[in-house]
Amino acid sequence: MEAFDPAELPELLKLYYRRLFPYSQYYRWLNYGGVVKNYFQHREFSFTLKDDIYIRYQSFNNQSEMEKEIQKLNPYKIDIGAVYSHRPIQHNTVKLGAFQAQEKELVFDIDMTDYDDVRRCCSSADICSKCWTLMTMAIHIIDRALKEDFGFKHCLWVYSGRRGVHCWVCDETVRKLSSAVRSGIVEYLSLVKGGEDMKKKVHLSPKIHPFIRKSINIVEKYFEEYALLGQDILENKENWNKILMLVPESLHAELQQGFQKFHNSVQRWEHLKQVVSTYRKSVRNEKFGQHIDWEIMLQYCFPRLDINVSKGINHLLKSPFSVHPKTGRISVPIDLQKVDQFDPFTVPTISQICHELDMVSSNEDDGDKENEAEPDTKRRTRDYKKTSLAPYVRSFEQFLEELDKSRKGELLRKSDAQRDF
Amino acid sequence: MQFSGLKRKKLSLIGDHRGASYPHSLQFYLQPPSENISLAEFENLAVERLKLLKIVENLGVSYVKGSEQYQSKLENEIRKLKFSYRESSEDEFEARRKDHISHFILRLAYCQSEDLRRWLIQQEMDLFRFRFSILPPDKVQGFLKDSHLQFETISKEEKELHFQNIIDSSIPLSGNKYELEAVYKVPFADALDLFRGRKVYLEHGFAFVPHQDIVSIILNDFRAKLSKALALTARSLPSVQSDERLQPLLNHLSHSYVGQDYNAQANMGKISLDQLDSLAVKSFPLCMRQLHKALREHHHLRHGGRMQYGLFLKGIGLTLEQALQFWKLEFIKGKVDTDKFDKGYAYNIRHSYGKEGKRTDYTPFSCMKIILTNPPSQGDYHGCPFRHSDPELLKQRLQSSKISQTGINQILDYIKGTHYQLACQKFFDLTHNVEDGMFSLNHPNQYFFESQKLLNGGREVRKEPSQPEVSQTKQSVQKTSNSTSSLPSSLDSTLEMDMEGLEGYFSEPF
Ligand SMILES: [Zn+2]
Repeated sequence: MEAFDPAELPELLKLYYRRLFPYSQYYRWLNYGGVVKNYFQHREFSFTLKDDIYIRYQSFNNQSEMEKEIQKLNPYKIDIGAVYSHRPIQHNTVKLGAFQAQEKELVFDIDMTDYDDVRRCCSSADICSKCWTLMTMAIHIIDRALKEDFGFKHCLWVYSGRRGVHCWVCDETVRKLSSAVRSGIVEYLSLVKGGEDMKKKVHLSPKIHPFIRKSINIVEKYFEEYALLGQDILENKENWNKILMLVPESLHAELQQGFQKFHNSVQRWEHLKQVVSTYRKSVRNEKFGQHIDWEIMLQYCFPRLDINVSKGINHLLKSPFSVHPKTGRISVPIDLQKVDQFDPFTVPTISQICHELDMVSSNEDDGDKENEAEPDTKRRTRDYKKTSLAPYVRSFEQFLEELDKSRKGELLRKSDAQRDF
Repeated sequence: MQFSGLKRKKLSLIGDHRGASYPHSLQFYLQPPSENISLAEFENLAVERLKLLKIVENLGVSYVKGSEQYQSKLENEIRKLKFSYRESSEDEFEARRKDHISHFILRLAYCQSEDLRRWLIQQEMDLFRFRFSILPPDKVQGFLKDSHLQFETISKEEKELHFQNIIDSSIPLSGNKYELEAVYKVPFADALDLFRGRKVYLEHGFAFVPHQDIVSIILNDFRAKLSKALALTARSLPSVQSDERLQPLLNHLSHSYVGQDYNAQANMGKISLDQLDSLAVKSFPLCMRQLHKALREHHHLRHGGRMQYGLFLKGIGLTLEQALQFWKLEFIKGKVDTDKFDKGYAYNIRHSYGKEGKRTDYTPFSCMKIILTNPPSQGDYHGCPFRHSDPELLKQRLQSSKISQTGINQILDYIKGTHYQLACQKFFDLTHNVEDGMFSLNHPNQYFFESQKLLNGGREVRKEPSQPEVSQTKQSVQKTSNSTSSLPSSLDSTLEMDMEGLEGYFSEPF
C-alpha cells in the first residue's frame, strides 16, 4: 500500500479532484431533488487551502461551477455550512442582518479526544482498533435513537478521516429544525456530563427511561470485550481506584478486598456487580445509587457529543469525501450494515487511490485509446470504480436512493391529498 | 403610538361584556388591547408588571419551582399586586385587564435585544406555569378550547401497549394514576421541554404525553408565540422609539430590571497584565480563579472557557490589545504557534470586543447564564464551581482556600438546596471577612468590583454605574421601584395624557 506523505498532498489533491471526487453523487445529495428552489445555490461551502488559508461563504450555481472551482483551488479541506436566505458568495452585498442561515442537516460530531479520561490505550489525536469500539457503540446508540425515538430516516454516518465520526441527518423536516430543538435532541442523547472537575459523570434515577435502557442493552453487548478485556479497566490498583471514585465510599473497603483477591478485570467486575446489587436493596427508596454498575458502564462507553456542533444551524462541518490533510484518509461514508466491521485503518488514503488509478491507467494506455474521446465526466464515473473508493461511493449512492424514495413518497402523498378535495 | 391631548376615556365595559373579554384568570395574550389609556396608567402598569416578573424571577432562584413554598409565596405576591391569578366567583375584570395591558406594554420595552427577550419570556413562562397549575381541573378544557389548543389522545389499546414505557419516562407517574389519565400524542418538537430532559416517552417522532405533563406542551406553544410576537414587535419599534416621551420610559424599564451588564467602558485599561495573578487570588470569584489556573497550567482553554474568562477580563478592564497579548503569551507556551494564534484565536478575541463579524459588543456572562447554559464537558474548566463540581473536589478546594469547616458546611448546604449564587456569596463573605448580605451577587464581575472596593478601602476601580444597581433580592426590587420616581420629567405621572391605539404597535399579533 502507498504510504501517505503530506508533502505530496498538493499534487495528489489535483488528481483526486480531477478524476476521483464523486461530484455527481455529491451534487445529487445537496440538491435534494431540486424540490426547493435555489437550495443548492444558497448552500455555504468553505475551503481550507494550503497554509491554513480559510475561505468562507463559497457557493455555486450548479454542479459544473462547483467542479471548476474545486479543481481550481484544490482545497485541503472542504466544509459544508447552512442553506442561507441568499447566495453565500454575495453575503456582503445583502443588507446587514438579512443574510440568515435557514436550514441545515442536523449534524453530530463524535471525537475520540473527548474520551481521554476513560481510554487507556491512546490519548488525544491517537486512535487504535481497541478504542475504535467506542465509535462503534456511539453509532449504534445514536443511530437507533434518531430512527426509533425521533423517527428520522436518513442518517449518513461518515468517518472524519482521523479520530472520530460525523453524522448527517438529512430528512426534510430535520433540515428545518430550530436551534432550540437541535439542542434539545443533543440533550436527550447526552448522559455523560461534567467537566474536568466532575469525576462521576453519569447519574441515573431509579426509573430508567427507555432510551437509557435501550442504550445499556447496546453497551452490554460490547462491555466485556471492550472494557474488561480490551481496556482492562480493573487491571491494577491505580485503575480500580478511578472506578472507586464513582462508587459510594461505604462500599470501598469491601470492593478493595475483593479486587485484591481476584485476578482479572472480568472477575473483579463480577464482584463489583454483586456488591452493588446488595447495596441496591439497602437504598431502595433513595434518589440515587440504584444503578451504580450501569453508571460506570455508561461513563466508560456512552457516546460523548459536542453540543456546539449540533445546535448551531450555521455551524460548519467537514464534508464527506473531503481528505484529512494529516492522515491523508478520505472521509468516507460508513455502511450501517457493517458498522462492526468498519476499520479506520483500512479506509483508503488519497495516495493509495491515486496510485491505484495510476496503475490501471498505465495498463489501459497500452491498447485502449478510446478513453481520450470520452467526456470528462463519463470517464470519471469509471475512474473511481477502479479504486478502493468504489464501495464507499456505492454505499453513499444507496443512501441517496433512500432519500429519493422518501421524496417520491412525499410527492405522492401530497398529490393524493390534493385529489381528495 | 400616539398621544392625544384628550382626557382619559372612562371605560364603559360592564356585566357580560366584561366577562366575555377575559374568560379566564390566565391568558395566551392573543389580542393586543384596543382601549386608550393615559400615559400615567401606562407607566404604572408597566412598573407593576415588572415588579411582578422580578418577584417571579427571585422566587425561582430561591425556591424550587412548583414547590409548596414557591406556590404560596407567588400567589401572595400576585394578590398583593392585584394581578389576576385564580378563577373565582368574585369579579376579576380589573385584575385581568391589568394583566392583559401590562403584558403588552412590557413587550414594547423588552423586545429590543436578545437578552431582554430571553428574560421576559422566561419570567412570563414561569408566571403562566404557576397560573395554569392552580387552574381547577374542570376549567382546563375550557381554557384550552378558548386558546385554540387541541391535542390528539391515544386509544385505550395504544395506552396499554405503551404502559411500561410511558410510566418509566415520567418520574412522578404511578401505575394507578396512569389508568385514569388521558395520554396525548404530539409531534416530538412540540414537547421540547419534556423530551430534552428525557421526561417523556418518544417513539417514531411522537411524544406520548400524560395529561399531568400537558402544561409543558402548552408552555412550549406559549413561548413560541411570545417569541415570534416579540420579534415582530421589535420590527415596529423604530416608530415607538421616535416618540420622545415614550422612548426614555421604555429604555428605563428595560435597563433597570435586567441589571448591570458590566460591559462598562469606564474601567478600560485600568489593569495591567502583571497584576492578573495576584488579582485572581484576591478578587476573582472561584469560577474565574479556576479558569485562570487552568489556563496558566495547560496554556490552553477550550471555547466555553475562553468565552467565559475572556469576557470577564474584558469586563474588569482589559483592553483589546491587552487581551490579545495575554492570550497569545499563554497559548504559544502550549501547542499553538504564533501563526495559528493570529489566524484563529485572535479573530475570536477581536470578535468578542465587537471588532469582527456582526460587531456585537459581547457582555460578560452573568451567574445565571453560567449556571444555566452551556454546561462544561470533558476537557472544560468553565461553568460555576458550585454547580458543576463534585462536592468532594469542591470541599478540598475550599479547604485549601483556608475556609473554616463551619463555613464549608454552610456553603455545601446552599449547594444542596441548589442556591449556587448564595454559596458563592458565602465564599465571598468568608474570604473577605465581612458580614453577610452586603450585596446580592448575580455576576462574576460584580464579585470582582465588590472585592476591589473592600480591599482598596472604598476606592473603587471603576466609576459608579449610571443606573442604580439591581440585583436579585427583594430589597433591591424596592430600590429600583424607588428609582422610578426619578423618571424624566416629561414622564412625570402627574402628566395626564392619553395614548391611542396601543394595538397599532403589535402589527399582526403572533
Ligand atoms: Zn486506542
